[in-house]
Amino acid sequence: MNALPPYARALGIELDHDEDGLPVLSVDFSERIQGRPGFVHGGAISGLMEMAAIAALRTELDRRGEAMKLKPVNVQVEFMRGGTEQRTYAMGTVTRAGRRVALVNAECWQDDRRKPIALAQMKVLLSPAE
Amino acid sequence: MEAPKSLNDLPPGFVFDPARAAKLMTRHGHGGWLGLAYHAHGPDWVELALPWREELVGVPETGVLASGPIISLMDNATSMSVWTLSTRFVAHATLDLRVDYMRAAVPGRTVIGHGECYKLTRTIAFIRGIAHDGDPDDPVAHVIGTFMATHGTYL
Repeated sequence: MNALPPYARALGIELDHDEDGLPVLSVDFSERIQGRPGFVHGGAISGLMEMAAIAALRTELDRRGEAMKLKPVNVQVEFMRGGTEQRTYAMGTVTRAGRRVALVNAECWQDDRRKPIALAQMKVLLSPAE
Repeated sequence: MEAPKSLNDLPPGFVFDPARAAKLMTRHGHGGWLGLAYHAHGPDWVELALPWREELVGVPETGVLASGPIISLMDNATSMSVWTLSTRFVAHATLDLRVDYMRAAVPGRTVIGHGECYKLTRTIAFIRGIAHDGDPDDPVAHVIGTFMATHGTYL
């Protein structure tokens, strides 16, 4: 897997484990990601899910042996539950990756894997890396 | 009275002042870490500034900001635009946020987040906004989304 960027490292986002060959990222609760008191900031949740979505896409493209440049087009985030003061996880799944564009979903959860706190759907433009 | 540490500590009947509130909102937590600062406001909009710094980079090869900080900037600016239009602080939660990325922000430039509340109902606030790095006519991103009042109502 490709190294996480400075933003992810600064927040404490790390590669937690693999699930069915896809990277699960996680981050511990800290003052740095707190929004309203006692809760994880929605922007930090979104940032974590975007990192997980990109990591999943990179993993899929690596598997195919394709070196691609990625350019995010848009992201839609749905917040379903407040993220509380505990470890937060996110994993991306590639729904469709063609030659030009990829659609990647990501979900975010805390102590209960079956109760996601947020979902994201991200569209990424692909172009061959020089 | 002790100085409020968060917006939740504001007394009832407090008329929401974005410039003052931004100081509270951006001193602690994620907003504080990002370095968000008050920029300007009007009756239904608020602008916050996100200064560029190395730690917020998403693409090390180019120095382009990660998208997470842009989302946080827009979440906070639009959130404050809701209270500004409502004229009071109402505890609420972001329901959804969609971000369209027009182009990468230029490395080194401060990004301004312009958040606007274009419709308030009793429990839902509809917001939109842009992020730009100097020229509002050449935005970095467009956002649109909704908030829901969790305790009390907007109107």
